[in-house]
Amino acid sequence: MPNDGTPHGNGDKSRASEDVDLSARLERLGKRLDEVRSTGQEQRRPTGTSGGEPSAMGKAFRLSTEFVAGIIAGCGIGWAVDAMAGSKPWGLIVGTMLGFGAGVWNVMRASGFTKPPSR
Amino acid sequence: MADPIHQFQLKTYTTLGHIGHTEIAFTNSSLFMLIAVGLITMFMLWGTSGRGLVPGRIQSMVELSYEFVANTVRSSAGNEGMRFFPFVFSLFMFVLILNLAGLIPYSFTVTSHIIITAALAVLVIGVVIVYGFMKHGTHFLGLFVPGGVPPVMLAILVPIEVISFISRPISLSVRLFANMLAGHIALKIFAGFIGSLLAAGAWGIISPLPLALTVALTALEVLVAVLQAYVFATLTSIYLNDALHPGH
Repeated sequence: MPNDGTPHGNGDKSRASEDVDLSARLERLGKRLDEVRSTGQEQRRPTGTSGGEPSAMGKAFRLSTEFVAGIIAGCGIGWAVDAMAGSKPWGLIVGTMLGFGAGVWNVMRASGFTKPPSR
Repeated sequence: MADPIHQFQLKTYTTLGHIGHTEIAFTNSSLFMLIAVGLITMFMLWGTSGRGLVPGRIQSMVELSYEFVANTVRSSAGNEGMRFFPFVFSLFMFVLILNLAGLIPYSFTVTSHIIITAALAVLVIGVVIVYGFMKHGTHFLGLFVPGGVPPVMLAILVPIEVISFISRPISLSVRLFANMLAGHIALKIFAGFIGSLLAAGAWGIISPLPLALTVALTALEVLVAVLQAYVFATLTSIYLNDALHPGH
């Protein structure tokens, strides 16, 4: 227990300093616990995700399907809107463009390029 | 040369009945799904029957698979996500055993049919949507509204987010299906080269090359089979995380 230079005067003062001391110790303990917890999680994480991104090909495959899926979904929705509303080419055109955007967004999210804001 | 697509043909064993004009048949696909479920059940029951403090071989394999999936769910969906653990674990084991069983020669790869993987993906997204609306009500729709964006941009970003959400089951199912299909076709083609080269007289000298490649590809396919099951489980828990905590 390091002595952090608290004055040892009369009883009241020493009790107050004891309280301060105790809260400081608690804080330090909490900090150390947090450290241990965070390092423990970091140590556990690699085992949990081992083989998550093993090869460049696996990653490429994942990203390409994300991209293509976005475009397919956009096209599908645009086509469905056209079929229902009878707005023949426009739904497909807008849907494809939005799908393209969604595909790029999917890829950015899948590659960890963007962190969701405020999390 | 051997037809590389032939291995994916469905064979009807018995017809169970008809719904409308659609035949409900017991095919080799259904047979392999039943085999997979049987294998998983046997594996789990056998592994947990001993309940030794010091696990035996099978028990430690069961514990390993439990720990693996539990870590996946915890790291992606948090401790709250553990309520979906049985769901994710069943999916993982089902896909894993089907992928691995498909690697045995003369067996059938169920996950190489997109209808199977699409059904699994729709099940996942269905759970996400139903649970999201049950837990958060209309607040679940906040998933589609990115935070900290000027309102003008929302007109473009909300449709993109919606399409991005709809594309999830597509990418989930296409990834698994395409990996299994492509891997098995590549294996079959390279294996077919061996026979063709041996039949071509002097060219038979280089037939060990495709043989070596086939062996290497088989090892790669085992990796892909396990990896795709893992990816499926990870993405499932990431999507379930959206159901638990919508809104960015």
